[in-house]
Amino acid sequence: MTNLELQKTANEIRKSIVTAVHSAKSGHPGGSLSAADIFTFLYFEEMNVDPANPKMENRDRFVLSKGHTAPGLYSTLAEKGFFPKEDLKTLRHTGSYLQGHPDMKGIPGIDMSSGSLGQGISAAVGMAAAGKLDNKDYRVYTLLGDGELQEGQVWEAAMWAGYRKLDNLVVIVDNNNLQIDGPIDTVCSPYPIDKKFEAFNFHVINIDGNNFDDIRAAFAEARATKGMPTAIIAKTVKGKGVSFMENEAEWHGKGPNDEEYAIAMEDLKKAGEALCQM
Amino acid sequence: MSDVKKIATRDSYGNALVELGKEHEDLVVLDADLAGSTKTGVFRKAFPERHLNIGIAEANMVGIAAGLAACGKVPFISSFAMFVAGRAFEQVRNGVGYPHLNVKIGATHAGISVGEDGATHQCLEDMALMRQIPGMVVINPADDVEARAAVKAAYEHVGPVYLRFGRLAVPVYNNPETYHFEIGKGVVIKEGTDVTIFATGLCVKEAMEAEALLAADGISAEIINIHTIKPIDRELVVKSALKTGKVVTVEEHSIIGGLGSAVAEVLSEEAPTKLLRIGVRDVFGESGPALELIHKYELDAEGIQKQVKAFLKNN
Repeated sequence: MTNLELQKTANEIRKSIVTAVHSAKSGHPGGSLSAADIFTFLYFEEMNVDPANPKMENRDRFVLSKGHTAPGLYSTLAEKGFFPKEDLKTLRHTGSYLQGHPDMKGIPGIDMSSGSLGQGISAAVGMAAAGKLDNKDYRVYTLLGDGELQEGQVWEAAMWAGYRKLDNLVVIVDNNNLQIDGPIDTVCSPYPIDKKFEAFNFHVINIDGNNFDDIRAAFAEARATKGMPTAIIAKTVKGKGVSFMENEAEWHGKGPNDEEYAIAMEDLKKAGEALCQM
Repeated sequence: MSDVKKIATRDSYGNALVELGKEHEDLVVLDADLAGSTKTGVFRKAFPERHLNIGIAEANMVGIAAGLAACGKVPFISSFAMFVAGRAFEQVRNGVGYPHLNVKIGATHAGISVGEDGATHQCLEDMALMRQIPGMVVINPADDVEARAAVKAAYEHVGPVYLRFGRLAVPVYNNPETYHFEIGKGVVIKEGTDVTIFATGLCVKEAMEAEALLAADGISAEIINIHTIKPIDRELVVKSALKTGKVVTVEEHSIIGGLGSAVAEVLSEEAPTKLLRIGVRDVFGESGPALELIHKYELDAEGIQKQVKAFLKNN
């Protein structure tokens, strides 16, 4: 895909995100929107996956360690064809397979259940270790929040991944700078994030995580990196693409009402039209 | 009387893993810097490439096991009960239990028989914690023969299994030639008529010896080994309770949440019966030689005899 095609796809995914959390009257739009471009690149460009065969043995794996941004992942999977887009409106509804946090038992394309912060990265490390044990060439990707870095388990996992030189592993940090209680550096600063991962023997790449040139270059560099895992520190805008949600911590974990939903969809419609003019 | 061979069930765990490892390439063993104590060192020696030392990071170890299982491996994670069931409870619950991954937990150093290390390392809550997790099988084997059979059964079972092992060398009383192990099936060791004693883990042998002491007192005790705490053998529990009308449970665990609670739940629902729970009575353990602690907390044959007699006298 060209960057323009990726941008258009990401815009459609953003529409799905706000539609899903509006229908759920809850959920996490802020961090789903900030990571939408990364989700898009992973599933439409980077990863070897097949929506018709979600359990394909040698597929690349993805673990959403920041599991609360399930609306972002689900919207991407639906856009890719893993399940019908209409189903996104059942998010968080009683009886729906689209659980509030990723559930690998019931959702096509979900490689690991997640949601309790700090734990997904360990599972991704285990998957990467399994690939090494079996001499398989699949790659493993995991997306973490920047607030999530406050969980000690993240660093247990990073220490082992660096020590074991798991170069089939890519850790992406969605650095939107906001967590529930406010800016991350007013709660418990994880900065400098890049220096920390370097100290844990990762190859570190700093990028603008809402820029497809940067994203494309970073994943290519990760693929070319041998002998150590890669950490991509992606500077992003929380709520990206929806005017009133951008850089607002209050949009971490709530759904828009009808009026707000209309504004959000209008923002994204205009963005989509602008992309079509390009 | 001939000398009875004694083997710690943690040794049985390590030895069984080596045997299974020869047959099954997908079996991997994880440790958190305690391979020497969990006795998986023998597996590490036999299959170094399939032994992953995670370092002192039990939460991470559970998560790595989940990832390995999701990619087709059968990981056995090993640590002390306190650290894997206790410290990493939430990782086991959310990372292994919820996705129902094929991860086996080999928890050694359970109970007060840890001995001198004292209360911080004597896990008395693990069966209560693990029993809470939907889909988790909880097994507490009594001797070397049963422990090795349990490890094999855990490998063959698809889904998460918690295996509880002890540090202390305990008598081997089962015959490896004839012993048959089945997950969820209790074992009637001695039939009796006055009282049923359901025991688990190292307390089974103590209950067997208590039976002889009680017989000398004119009390006929039925001795049943409940090696699988979950799913518990409801049918056998009810059947024996209806037969004797008095029930005692014995475990090296808190009386809250383990075998005693599991039996109480079954009986309250299906056959209300007077019940005595023998175990550690809502206190932390302490330092001391294992056998002295087992005696002090009245989990040995003598302690069981004394408590059963008092129970029968008052009920």
